[in-house]
Amino acid sequence: MSDLKTETMTLNMGPQHPSTHGVFRLQLEVDGETIVRATPVMGYLHRGSEKLAEGFLYSQFIPYTDRLDYMNAMTNNYVYCAAIEELFDWEIPERAEYLRVITMELNRVASHLVWWGTYLLDIGAMSPFLYAFRDRETILDRLNEISGARMTFNYHRIGGVKWDAPEGWIEQVLETVKELRENIQEFHTLVTGNEIFQSRTIGVGKLTKEQVINWGLSGPIARASGVDIDVRKTEPYSVYDQFDFNVPTREEGDVYARYLVRIDEMFESLKIVEQACNNIPDGEIIHKKGKKLMMLKPPEGEVYTRAEASKGEIGVYAVSNGKNKPHRIKLRRPSFVNVAILQDLLEGDSIQNLVSIFGSLDVVLGEVDG
Amino acid sequence: MDLLLWTAYAVIILMLMLGGVTFAILFERKVIGAMQLRPGPNRHGPWGLFQTIADVLKLLLKEDIIPAAADKKIFLIAPVIAFAPAFAIYAALAFDENIYGADLNIGILYLLGVASITMLGVLMGGWSSNNKYSLLGSIRGVAQMVSYELPLVLSVVGIVILVGSLNMREIVFFQESAGIWFIIPQFLAFVVYIISSIAELNRAPFDLPEAESELVSGFHTEYSGFRFAFFMLAEYTYAIAIAAIATMLFLGGWLGPAFLPGFVWFALKMVLFMFLWFWLTATLPRARVGDLMNYSWKVLIPLAILNIVATAFIKVWMG
Repeated sequence: MSDLKTETMTLNMGPQHPSTHGVFRLQLEVDGETIVRATPVMGYLHRGSEKLAEGFLYSQFIPYTDRLDYMNAMTNNYVYCAAIEELFDWEIPERAEYLRVITMELNRVASHLVWWGTYLLDIGAMSPFLYAFRDRETILDRLNEISGARMTFNYHRIGGVKWDAPEGWIEQVLETVKELRENIQEFHTLVTGNEIFQSRTIGVGKLTKEQVINWGLSGPIARASGVDIDVRKTEPYSVYDQFDFNVPTREEGDVYARYLVRIDEMFESLKIVEQACNNIPDGEIIHKKGKKLMMLKPPEGEVYTRAEASKGEIGVYAVSNGKNKPHRIKLRRPSFVNVAILQDLLEGDSIQNLVSIFGSLDVVLGEVDG
Repeated sequence: MDLLLWTAYAVIILMLMLGGVTFAILFERKVIGAMQLRPGPNRHGPWGLFQTIADVLKLLLKEDIIPAAADKKIFLIAPVIAFAPAFAIYAALAFDENIYGADLNIGILYLLGVASITMLGVLMGGWSSNNKYSLLGSIRGVAQMVSYELPLVLSVVGIVILVGSLNMREIVFFQESAGIWFIIPQFLAFVVYIISSIAELNRAPFDLPEAESELVSGFHTEYSGFRFAFFMLAEYTYAIAIAAIATMLFLGGWLGPAFLPGFVWFALKMVLFMFLWFWLTATLPRARVGDLMNYSWKVLIPLAILNIVATAFIKVWMG
């Protein structure tokens, strides 16, 4: 039997495949079900956002950031606006910062909920998806009420936010937070303890601390491997220094650890939303110069601003030459950086684990391809 | 005359089976829907009763696509090979004391033997499609069949020892005269049978051969239109058959309080099994490939053998 000649087979996974979460393509060389080599092919959703930015007024690029990581558009909005504000060196009204934090954190929970549902769909459990979307829907309703859109919010503005909270909105958010806390707790009883789930996740797709640091990974993936890095804590932006919250970390570095970190993060985000809602001050919602959208001309200079998106550290490097259009916008897109580890991670694993590992990285293709 | 009668019986059973499959699919979607916070199909007819009929009509009108690189003959015959043995199972079932097809003295042997041919259709479909996902799906399918056919057969041996006959009707008569359904004295066998039957049917959590999120649709990825419908039909026909066999072996077939006719009891018990499968589909994630094999060889087969030995001892001891 041992001198039987065998061949590997090339399997093209994607760009159309149920578990590549969009138009991601993996060229696999498989020996039976074991992956010998995996080559990610990206770019099917490339729209050239960075180049487009150079042709727009500063305010016109905000809707494009919505379409990077469309699951977590609020943070994208924020980080771009914050970069331009830093160029201006503006003082942002307190109320605007609070509204930004509330919307960003609600959006983070929504993003993690989608991840939770689709990840379990990847490993073959159908129902959690619908439970996750039920809860996400209540968040999207709240965000819709304040911004007028369900996913591509275009809510943050350079200098503040577009709309003030409608009457009674803050109370409704508090109500939603209470509801979500109960529902997300329920996820543990639905899935976490399940024996099949644990055997599918514990010890699968292990990432070491060194790998995380060497590959520049960030977000829940890094924190699940014991790298305690969260821009909200290490380099507080907006008003994050005013809230009491923890950064959940784990040491194991496997898929199960990433799962638990994300679930814990949802509770921390809800904690932040609750504190922000209880302490929100009255006042202006936008810097007075920020209202003149067409007139924004930041002084010459360059700046790198970062924020903690649901997928990891999102950064904007903006260069201004003093005109009304940016000279250069460079986006550090966390999904793009995080997905790079995939080929190392997959080698020698099975096709079944591929789906689980790829799902656990939580990449959004809009962000991978830019 | 006899031939005419048999043909009529076969046609009636076929009709009943088609109706059964139609509503089993609807029942599945309703059950899973209710567990997933949604109403399930409700557009066609009251409670969506005609949903499956509409689906089948749609599939009938679809183009019958055969991939250019497929092995055409095998590709065409595979759905039939999958369906025929599943339907042949019904020949030896007894739905009531007086409603039965062949009164075979090797009943249970025939049922299990014929049932395992179904997997040949899966293998042929996956192999002939010339699709890599299909191929992987059918490889998984065959490995799964080999692993789970054994505990399935072994779990039944305990009952055969107790009854002393392979005849399906006599197994039920034995339960009637003993006054106890085999689910109680043969509980271990029941558990082994149910678990391995889920794997035999490729249902969650053992739906690896068609694992949607990994292999797109597994062995029937390339099938469309009526041939796809045939695979679905085979799957549900087989599911109902396995439920019927379980009903006769463990739940006393048509036995039940006299206020309902026997075949109604029979149907109700089958629905119970179907519900169990649908419930699992809505609840569990997919099992790991390695675990699947380990579970069969290291847990289920030893348990089934233990059950046989224990049953044999009891039989000798009780005389």
